[in-house]
Amino acid sequence: MSWTGNVLRVDLSAGTCTTEPTNMEWAHDYMGQRGLATKYLVEETDPKVDPLSPDNKMIFATGPLTSTIAPTSGRWSVVCKGPLTGAIACSNSGGFFGAELKNAGWDMVIFEGKSDSPVYLDITNDQAELKDASDLWGKSVWETETTLRDRRGDPDVRVASIGLAGENAVLYAAIVNDLDRAAGRSGVGAVMGSKHLKAVVVRGTVGVKVADPMALMKSSNAAKEILAEHAVTGTGLPTHGTQVLMNIINEVGALPTRNCQDVQFDGAHDISAEAMAEVRESDGQANLVSNHACFGCPISCARRSKIDPTHFTVKDKPEYQHVSGGLEYEAAWALGAANGVNDLEALTYANFVCNEQGLDPISLGSTIGAAIDLYDSGAITQEDTGGLALEFGNTESFVAMVEATARGEGFGKEIGQGSKRLCEKYGRPELSMTVKGQEFPAYDPRGIQGMGLTYATSNRGACHLRSYTVSSEVLGLPEKTDPHVTEGKAGLVKAFQDLTAGVDSSGTCIFTTFALSGDDIAPMVDASCEGDWSVERFVEVGERIWNMERQYNIDAGFTGADDTLPERLLKDAAKTGPAKGHVNRLDEMLPEYYELRGWDTSGVPTRETLSRLGL
Amino acid sequence: MTITFKLYAGLSEHLPAHARRNSAEIELLPNETVDQVIDRQQVPREDVHLVLVNGNYLDEGQRATHVLTKGDTLAIWPPVAGG
Repeated sequence: MSWTGNVLRVDLSAGTCTTEPTNMEWAHDYMGQRGLATKYLVEETDPKVDPLSPDNKMIFATGPLTSTIAPTSGRWSVVCKGPLTGAIACSNSGGFFGAELKNAGWDMVIFEGKSDSPVYLDITNDQAELKDASDLWGKSVWETETTLRDRRGDPDVRVASIGLAGENAVLYAAIVNDLDRAAGRSGVGAVMGSKHLKAVVVRGTVGVKVADPMALMKSSNAAKEILAEHAVTGTGLPTHGTQVLMNIINEVGALPTRNCQDVQFDGAHDISAEAMAEVRESDGQANLVSNHACFGCPISCARRSKIDPTHFTVKDKPEYQHVSGGLEYEAAWALGAANGVNDLEALTYANFVCNEQGLDPISLGSTIGAAIDLYDSGAITQEDTGGLALEFGNTESFVAMVEATARGEGFGKEIGQGSKRLCEKYGRPELSMTVKGQEFPAYDPRGIQGMGLTYATSNRGACHLRSYTVSSEVLGLPEKTDPHVTEGKAGLVKAFQDLTAGVDSSGTCIFTTFALSGDDIAPMVDASCEGDWSVERFVEVGERIWNMERQYNIDAGFTGADDTLPERLLKDAAKTGPAKGHVNRLDEMLPEYYELRGWDTSGVPTRETLSRLGL
Repeated sequence: MTITFKLYAGLSEHLPAHARRNSAEIELLPNETVDQVIDRQQVPREDVHLVLVNGNYLDEGQRATHVLTKGDTLAIWPPVAGG
């Protein structure tokens, strides 16, 4: 079986590391990674716990397919109660760290308590030790990872760490591994910082055993063949990356622009995949350097880029004049269109700062957009911003806000609290484009109806990675649906949510589902794990996980009233494009969604539903 | 009588020489359909996946009969995705 059977429990208060067997009964019901780690969190913590208190736990989790020969098997997740939302937080990352952790012999690492002073966890196979990190506190992700790799003297160690944002409790701080891959959303980095845990270093040479190696090779090869031959995963994503969406989403009139004042951005092309590939006049180079793959990934969708060395953001800063990860679509949108900024090099710089100091670019960009809207409306002035004149499209003030937030300076401290708290503080809560306190991503629900229901019901707050109906409503994958109608969207969202929860618990990447179905993925889990893993069981596990997360949020104090969208999206119609005149019609979708979920009319799972799912 | 013609991602190489930022104004022939424009511009049909007219999706069957009109914007992508 491809679970290692080992959980590492790290008591940061006591300074101890202990090993215990993985609860295999739970593994059979929740698979691994997102599902299994959430089950541990639910069983071991009070849902009403203060997310930044020592009583919150934080779990680094791999899935049964992590580090196997299955395609895209580099995924791992961080699960905790989230400080940005107060809801369940589960943030997924790629790179190589997760595979290394699994290779060292661990299904999960559970962090509890809080260290008196900064520490890092050093793992080599079954040996784990907490070490002093006083000299690393105050350092960036880039400095921390380089220092720890040098200290170990082993180029093959993998590191996950926090930067200044996690230390300063920015509520959307990320945990960054492999220098530019991130468990980015919901503020898991702030939880890590609250525990005085600076980094985790891991080297693993144990390997992973699977239940039926020949069957896994056969099913993995079949999946790889589909991924290679599919036009999206074989050509589109590796060649153009996620950023190809910029012009598409703008053309369909669903690009949230200037804090959702508009649904189309006239600067979209300037910050798109096509622009990244254009040769610059200044240095004869393109912004885009290459694509990049995570562990075991045949898709290779990630972008690596280099900022124009003559650009004002970096011309006196050699530390940024190297290649780093990004821009990806969500970051380019949030840092760009959400603020009306069309300077590709400035956005790349802002994204590099997010990599360097561990910030979620979606929440950062969206919160800056909200701040500009507050300024625009007169709710804040230069007195509040420390002298900065905020305006949409002003690259210089945008960059200043990014830097201040990363460093925890001045008005940046308020940006670091997220747009919900920021807008509430200044008396304009309706200007916060959030659901359950989390900033939503790059799809305006007025132009893509299903994404409204997706955001409203997402357990970790607004998110596209819980149910990517854009795939169907815009891209026609696996089949085209009309983005402007609400009929059928409740079922579509539920189906995406359940399948995604399964994939997120397996150790593989959700991007495989552009080409693979559950019928392709379940056989790989079946070959790796003991037990009978049919596609029906795979999806049922996803549904169980979704309901477990929902119940956790209800126990934490959320109700059906939180399944809503910002007023702007429900009342102010789109002004341009194919969705002109449309608002999001959430009220037409939500009751049917509750019914399909087996929840009562207030959004609470019924006893029958919980019983059917063994919850 | 012109339309705005846009090709993105791997289709960009099929843009007319005067195109800028993946977009070109082109002449429209009387009663010309989407498929006819695609063929006239020598865009390989097998590479055409996402077709938007004024931002609205046209499926493969509609492209043969949908007649374009003055001022329309026709935008086309090969199979791509993201997120």
